[in-house]
Amino acid sequence: MLRYLARRLAFSLLLVAVVSSSALLLTLAAPGDITSEQVGTGATAQSMAAERARLGLDRSPLEQYGAWLRRAARLDFGTSLMYGRPVAGLVAERARNTLLLAVAALAVALLAGVPLGVVSGSRRGIATGAIRAVSIAAVSMPTLVSSLVLVLVAARTGWLPTGGMTSAGAAEARGWLEAAADLARHMVLPTLAIALPLAATIERLQSQATAETMGERFVTAAAARGVPPRRVLWRHVLKPSLRPVAAVFGLIFGNLLSGSFVVEIVTSWPGLGRLMFDALRSRDLYLVAGCAAAGGVFLALGALISDAALALVDPRLRGRQEVRW
Amino acid sequence: MRRAGIAMVAVVALVAVLAPALTPNQPDFRFPDRAYAPPMPVRVIDGEGRWRAPFVYPLRLADRLERRYEEDRTSPVPISWLSRGVVAQVSDGRHGPWLPLGADGSGRDVFARLVYGARLSLAVALAATLGAMLIGTLVGGIAGAAGGVVDETLMRLSDFVIVLPAMYVVLSLRAALPLVLPAAQVFALVAGILALVGWPIVARGVRAIVAAERERDYAQAALALGAGRARLLLRHLLPAARGFLAAQAALLVAAFILAEATLSFVGLGFPDPSVSWGVMLQDAANVSAMADAPWTLAPAAGIFLLVLGVNLAAPTTLSR
Repeated sequence: MLRYLARRLAFSLLLVAVVSSSALLLTLAAPGDITSEQVGTGATAQSMAAERARLGLDRSPLEQYGAWLRRAARLDFGTSLMYGRPVAGLVAERARNTLLLAVAALAVALLAGVPLGVVSGSRRGIATGAIRAVSIAAVSMPTLVSSLVLVLVAARTGWLPTGGMTSAGAAEARGWLEAAADLARHMVLPTLAIALPLAATIERLQSQATAETMGERFVTAAAARGVPPRRVLWRHVLKPSLRPVAAVFGLIFGNLLSGSFVVEIVTSWPGLGRLMFDALRSRDLYLVAGCAAAGGVFLALGALISDAALALVDPRLRGRQEVRW
Repeated sequence: MRRAGIAMVAVVALVAVLAPALTPNQPDFRFPDRAYAPPMPVRVIDGEGRWRAPFVYPLRLADRLERRYEEDRTSPVPISWLSRGVVAQVSDGRHGPWLPLGADGSGRDVFARLVYGARLSLAVALAATLGAMLIGTLVGGIAGAAGGVVDETLMRLSDFVIVLPAMYVVLSLRAALPLVLPAAQVFALVAGILALVGWPIVARGVRAIVAAERERDYAQAALALGAGRARLLLRHLLPAARGFLAAQAALLVAAFILAEATLSFVGLGFPDPSVSWGVMLQDAANVSAMADAPWTLAPAAGIFLLVLGVNLAAPTTLSR
């Protein structure tokens, strides 16, 4: 177990280092830098050169990378060139917002997808057909489509706020309870947009796994012992059939990140995706690297949770986990 | 189900190929006084409840400030079929253009843009798919046939790429290139980037199939008869992966259409005069305008139809 954790930690650190380094190097290699946006605003060549020198952008890319690496090793991720704030604080704040969405969406997707999958996988009938049809439709609705459609519905009906994280002045004016309610209202739309296709994916996987597990001999044995069918399904079948869903958890986390990017743009959610996007566009070197590092941590966490989930549902796997990268 | 899926994909492809014959208007023409004009459906029952040959009611701008349009029910315009090289259009020019799916904020025909957009979106996705299939087959074939350290290295590499959130990789690579480029260069770059991100799944599948087939008797027999490694791979092992490759290609096209749409949606895709589904969605993404003119979201329906068709047609775990 200890060895497994050590290996997992080493791979996670490597992942974060590789991802953030490549993001930084990529941005260094890209044409233009943060001062490019000043072109045409009356800045002279001298003033721009001075600005570059002040920010240390006049050094060679390798020198800049080396300097960043030395500081990053001491957990100093630099200052955002665009916002003038420390990258660590900025990224932490936005990553929290993205995590909030991701966890909510994952919870909704699991709570909806798993039970529906068990139902549709264990019996035949109208309900199964309906669940399957809705699921296939929702699987085919990528977050770009689902978020736009939900925003359209919200905008036409006025049921929900279409964007942002808080109403103007809500946090200051009222107590924390109402602030939380306000946040929850703003979360509904982006959460649903991410959760809908995810829930459908989970439902499909769970449905097939349930159908397969139903054919196992221990299920027949349980039924033969006189265990009521409902108890067989929700006690005996459910746990082992969770394995495929648990196995794709790592990939789901990647999907959550990718999916939440679009949703954050469409619904103006101040998350990591938007921050990364803005940083990329304005060549905010250190912010790009910081966002990428946060993304790497996110992925590593996902892999860890995936392993834990697998070990939880399938005792045979305990103690011999494989690190899958 | 499979047939229905194939039919959906075929419809989209056919529409893209036949674009000029389907659209009465040019996709980039801005009709004056037609900003956010509503769709003009084909009707067969007139105001007095009588059946007639298909016709449309022309639109009249009722209020320029509120962008309110009224149907002119007094002068129905018949549709003329198969004239001037277009399947259907309205005959006389006196009543303004026929906008089957309405107009966008600049008064451009949404239907024409949807149809021409399908061309560009599909073309990019197909080019990228071709690239990803080539790289993936090559890498997977080599890994599967060679085994050992080569296999291990190549598969670790593809595992690493699979684990990364694809959209961010695409976004970072695209953003690292000059942001404003002519359309032809954007086409090549986007297709290249997508291929670069999409190959690992192909490679993994091909590797698994090739590695399994290599042990079969026929492959061993070919080796015993003196077939070289390259010949064995190309003639005997890769054909076994045909079914997998076909299904994978369909899935990749759908994924790449979506990726292009996302890129263009956030402004890193095609520049203005070119029309793709992503470009259209970017134009439509204004919340207040969207609520009043939902027909500008037509490309979202196009993406849905295509992805649904692919999901039904390709035998994946998700659609069974």
